[in-house]
Order: sequence, then C-alpha cells, then structure tokens
Amino acid sequence: MTLDVTDLRKTYPTGDEALKGVDLSIDGSETTAMIGPSGAGKSTFIRCINRLTEPTAGTIELDGTDLIGLDDDGLREARRDIGMIFQEYNLVERLTVMENVLTGRLGYVSAWRAFRRSFPPEDVERAYGILDRVGLDGMENKRVDELSGGQRQRVGIARAVVQQPTILLVDEPTSSLDPETSNTVMRLLTEIAAERGVPVLINIHEVDLAVEHADRIVGLHDGEVVFDGPTAELGDDALDRVYRGGDPPESGESRAVTAADDGDGSVGDRFAGDGVVTTDGRTPDRPASGGS
Amino acid sequence: MTSEVDAARTWERFDRRRRLGRFVGVLVAFVVFAGSWAFLDMGVTNVETVPREINDLLSRMFPPDVAYVPEIVGPLIETVHIAALGTAGALVITIPVALLAAENTTPNAATYWLGKLIVTVSRSVNTIIWALVFVVVFGSGPLAGAVAIAFRSVGFLGKLLSEEIEEIDFGQVEAVRAAGASPIQVLTYGVLPQVKPALVGLSVYRWDINVRDSTILGFVGAGGIGVQLFRAVNAFAWQSVAMILIVILGVVLVSEGVSAYTRRLVR
Repeated sequence: MTLDVTDLRKTYPTGDEALKGVDLSIDGSETTAMIGPSGAGKSTFIRCINRLTEPTAGTIELDGTDLIGLDDDGLREARRDIGMIFQEYNLVERLTVMENVLTGRLGYVSAWRAFRRSFPPEDVERAYGILDRVGLDGMENKRVDELSGGQRQRVGIARAVVQQPTILLVDEPTSSLDPETSNTVMRLLTEIAAERGVPVLINIHEVDLAVEHADRIVGLHDGEVVFDGPTAELGDDALDRVYRGGDPPESGESRAVTAADDGDGSVGDRFAGDGVVTTDGRTPDRPASGGS
Repeated sequence: MTSEVDAARTWERFDRRRRLGRFVGVLVAFVVFAGSWAFLDMGVTNVETVPREINDLLSRMFPPDVAYVPEIVGPLIETVHIAALGTAGALVITIPVALLAAENTTPNAATYWLGKLIVTVSRSVNTIIWALVFVVVFGSGPLAGAVAIAFRSVGFLGKLLSEEIEEIDFGQVEAVRAAGASPIQVLTYGVLPQVKPALVGLSVYRWDINVRDSTILGFVGAGGIGVQLFRAVNAFAWQSVAMILIVILGVVLVSEGVSAYTRRLVR
C-alpha cells in the first residue's frame, strides 16, 4: 500500500487557506500521527484524501490511482479501500451496532439488499469477528444511542476495519473521550491495524498519545508540514516549530495542569475547546478554519 | 432593614423608540380588525334571535336518527379509506419532493426551487378545491377524493419532512458516504434512519387530518360520508344530520387516539 500526496492545497470559499501545499507519503504498515494546533489543517488534510472535502489543487495517489481524477463511481470504489474513523464517531445513532458495522460493507452490496439488511453471510461473519475483536461481542442488536463514548468509538473502529481497507484515516479519535478511554481506544486501534498490516494516519492533538502510539510523526502548522520524522526524533525544537512557542496539548489531567501553570493561560485556552462534543450531539459544522 | 436608596440609575425594558414601535403595532392590529369588520358589514343586530335559533336547531336534531346508522356505515368506511389511500399516495410522492426541497440533499439550486414550488402549490390549494379539480378529471367518486387528499398532503408532508431533513446530523451521512456507499444507500442508511420518527409521526398526523378533511369531500361529489351529510342538510333532515355528526365525531376521536398512540411508539 502506498499513499502519495503531493502539493495538496485547499482554499475554502471564504478565502481561508487550510492547506498550503502538503507533501506526504505513507507506505508499509506504519502508524503515522499528524499533530498540530487547532486550525492547522489536520482535519482538512484527512478529509481531502477520500474527498469528503474537495481539494483545490495537488495530487493524491493511492496505490497508483489518482483519487482526484476519479468520477463518482470510481471514487465510490476507491473509498471502499479507505476506512475512516471520526472524531464524533459519526455512527448512525438510530441504527443498531450491527447495522452500523455493516455500513462498512455497503460498497459491496446492492442498494436493495442493503435496504433489506440482507448482507452476504461472509460480511456478517466478518462483522461478528471484528465486534469480538473490539470487545463488543453480544452487543450487535443494541442501538448505538444506548452506548457510551468509548463503546461508540469501538463501533466506529469496527465499521472502518470491516471495510478491509488498505489504509485507515482517523480524525481526532479521542477528543470526545476521557483520558483513560482515549488510551484504550488508541491502543486497540493501533493493535488492530498492526494485526492486519494496515497503515494508519491519525490526526491527534494530544502529543503524548501520538508519541506513545505512533511510529512516525508529522507536524502541521498553518497548512504546512513543519516536521516529518520517526517518533524518536520529535524533540522540543520540533514541537516548538509545530506549536510556535505554545505548549503542546496533552491528554488527561496533565492538560489542565499545564494550562493552569501557564503564565498567560491563553495557549492553554486555545486547546481547551478542541474536540468538545456539542451538547446536542451533532458534529459541529466544520468551518473554514477546520476543526483542528 | 431598609436603607436609603439613591435611585440614580433607572431601568426600562424598552427605550422610547421601541415603545412607540410597539404602540404602532398594536394600533395597526386594531385598525385591521375594525377595517375587516366594517368591510364585511357584519351587524350584530340579530343577537336576540341567536339563542332561539340554536334552541330550534337542537330540538329539530333531537333525537338523532339511530335508524339511519346502517345507511351511513358504508360511506363512513369509504371516508376512512379515502384518507388512508390519500395519505399513502401522498407519502410516495412526498419522499422525493422532500429530498428535493431540503437544502442539504437537493442536487442543485434548480431542483431545490422545483421542490419548493411543488410544496407551495400543493399547500396553497385547499383540499376541497383540489377535489373540485379531480372530480372534473376523474368523475365524481372516491378516486377523486383520494387524489385530492394526496395532492394537498404532499405540501404539508413535504414542507415538514424537508425541514426535518435539513436538521439531520450530516456527520452520520458523511460516514456512510466515506465507506463507499452509493447515493441511494446514503439515503437509506444515512438520512432515512434520522428522519424515520418524523416521517412516521407526520404521516400518521396527516392521516388523522385527512380523516377529518375527507368527511366534507362528498360536498363536491368526491365520495365519502360528505355525500350523505350534504343530502341530509339539503333535505332539512336534521335528525339524520345529527346522527352523521355524532358518527363523524366518533371516527375523528378514534383516529386522533390512534395517531397520538402511534407517534408515541416511534422514538
């Protein structure tokens, strides 16, 4: 599997330049974490890869296929190979766990069979297998709106993995979760990816989680890559370039402490609102500046 | 303990300009009311005869003609069927119309305005006028009634359903799309589950309204109990009229109960 992104640019209709020419290459089965402050363009980058957001310029090649040139049918086929996990889970709340997981197989069944929930037995078996793997065995008939945040993100993982993707794109998987659940979810995610030999690209703003779980770190600042290297090479100067003097956010209780210790408090505040679930449970409309 | 208060600061809910604006608003409302009253030349000169007339009408209606019941059972059932068929027909037309009329699911601006146009035209014409049109088209009978009911319901259902569609969480839709689902699959997996309670609730509610609406369709020959009611009124058979009204009341109460119960079931 190779993902080759060259000179990716995105300018929103409002004039905001979210990505200013990003080059990134991923191959093998490594876990790459993309870090950066809110508004750096991390979400935009991930959403451009499967064209949930249309990039303005640049090329995206997945195993030699140029995703940007694809027509609607071609894009649907390409999307089957790209698993995506979202910040707010984006599960269909009123459907059951099983229906949500099987959503990952929609690209392979006809609309009528999907409507009647008549999936091929292999797909159902795959779905059961992955539900066992993420620790949700026996929950297949629960409706998703009955689940906790951590359970929902497990369903999210199962839905992406059941696609049997060649790459997993993960957009802020933990920012709606508490620190402990965040860690569990990250471990589960990276373990499953490793078992299946699928590379993962994770957007994450908690640097400590990125360092703990990723093989490679890409630092994004203001729409440009300012660091790209193995996790071990991520030093203070690199973090400085990514966050431009601001304290990098961390997961868990330490975040609050950092913010409190921070003299002016403004930097801590900048991250405090990041990834907060809106009270009505909706995904906030992603503005031009990008969620993060 | 009350101490001396230096009332230096004052507070008013509305400033002078807004108070004036509110006063003008109320004044305009009164003028419109008075104007309408004057235009329609509605005297209240016959007030003293009103109680006598009511008393007269009620005494002629009483006792309701129970022997008439077997004759109206058939038309009554027809009325309920007209409502059901009309609602079902409306539902089939409404779903695509609502998808067109919702900003987040319509393909482009032209289809959006087409959706809005269908909804507006359907809504601006009363059921009874639709019935007049379709009695001409299909001839008198329940078919014209059912089609009239359907045409009027499309506007109601289309407007409310398209508003529901505009309210959905688009993240859920995106996730389905990101898995490689086709547009129809995106609708059935991403959109439909989110609007399903509204869809069921609105259709049952509309059916309930349609039961009431279809009781008068017979006035213009579009079938149902209205035919009997119209005849009975014209023949001054007030005891029969009373019986019909009682039976209609019963049906409406039942349909309202069913509607409320069903809407509570769907969450």
